[in-house]
Amino acid sequence: MNFFEDIRVGDVYALGRHTFTAADIKAFATRFDPQPFHVDEAAAQKSHFGGLVASGWHTAAAWMRLMVDCRRRMTEEARARGEPAGMIGPALGFRELKWAKPVYADDTIEYAAEVVATRVSESRPGLGLMTVRSTGMNQNGDLVISFVSTTFIERRTKP
Amino acid sequence: MPKYYWEDFKTGAVAVYGPRLVTREEIVAFAAEFDPQPMHLDEAAGRATLLGGLAASGWHVTSLLMRLIADGFILDSSSMGGPGVEELRWRKPLRPGTNIRLRATVLESRPSKSRPEMGLTRFRYEVLDETDGCLADMVTTVMFGRRQPGTAS
Repeated sequence: MNFFEDIRVGDVYALGRHTFTAADIKAFATRFDPQPFHVDEAAAQKSHFGGLVASGWHTAAAWMRLMVDCRRRMTEEARARGEPAGMIGPALGFRELKWAKPVYADDTIEYAAEVVATRVSESRPGLGLMTVRSTGMNQNGDLVISFVSTTFIERRTKP
Repeated sequence: MPKYYWEDFKTGAVAVYGPRLVTREEIVAFAAEFDPQPMHLDEAAGRATLLGGLAASGWHVTSLLMRLIADGFILDSSSMGGPGVEELRWRKPLRPGTNIRLRATVLESRPSKSRPEMGLTRFRYEVLDETDGCLADMVTTVMFGRRQPGTAS
């Protein structure tokens, strides 16, 4: 995904895995989402989750980190081939975010993103917009998160 | 006993929570962990991007939104969580040193058809800066326990 022109609807990016430790879950939730089932194992045991679970925003933030790492690898590969790499971001927003199942302590989530739409920006004709549907699956193959987000990406050919 | 139940969120009600000062240090710390793009880490690098300077990760903005609603009412409510988000737009960059507030508007309130102990409240949340500029807005539904359980239909 180095430039807008390189992207095709249906392209899939395997973003890799992230394991949510109890310590990480509590550290994130203490800062941003201190509901008892995100910060306190004993309270989480008694909640309808039955155990400590990650904030949904933590599950999303972990996706972002893997997406940034994926883009960086692709940029480095392009540079190694002597090719330029275009600018990506910022994102406009997202829709249809679903936290389908809880993420428990020590769950490992595998993330992927599939391109579902591309178009040239009307307001910024030097840029394109890519829309991806992202997913995270746990180690049992259950979907835990999905959403559709739209991000600016530079065009190789400027109008 | 929680202070707020489903019955306390009437359609059309508006409440504002905060403020919360967002520092440069926390913007850079969040970005270093979750979103290490140059515009979230470095002022000069940010100026070269569409954000025009150092700005918080969009996921930092949504995480701060969560904290504002948690402290504003969720932690003292019968909230049973939310299944997701219909839509979120990042509208303006969040700059270091901004005092953000959260405006919550109740768009819709309805009892659960299948669970008489629960009601559903659809909110628009707006993250505001000091001049009421909207940095991000989001539409989402929260499930709350009811003070007076209804009858299943």
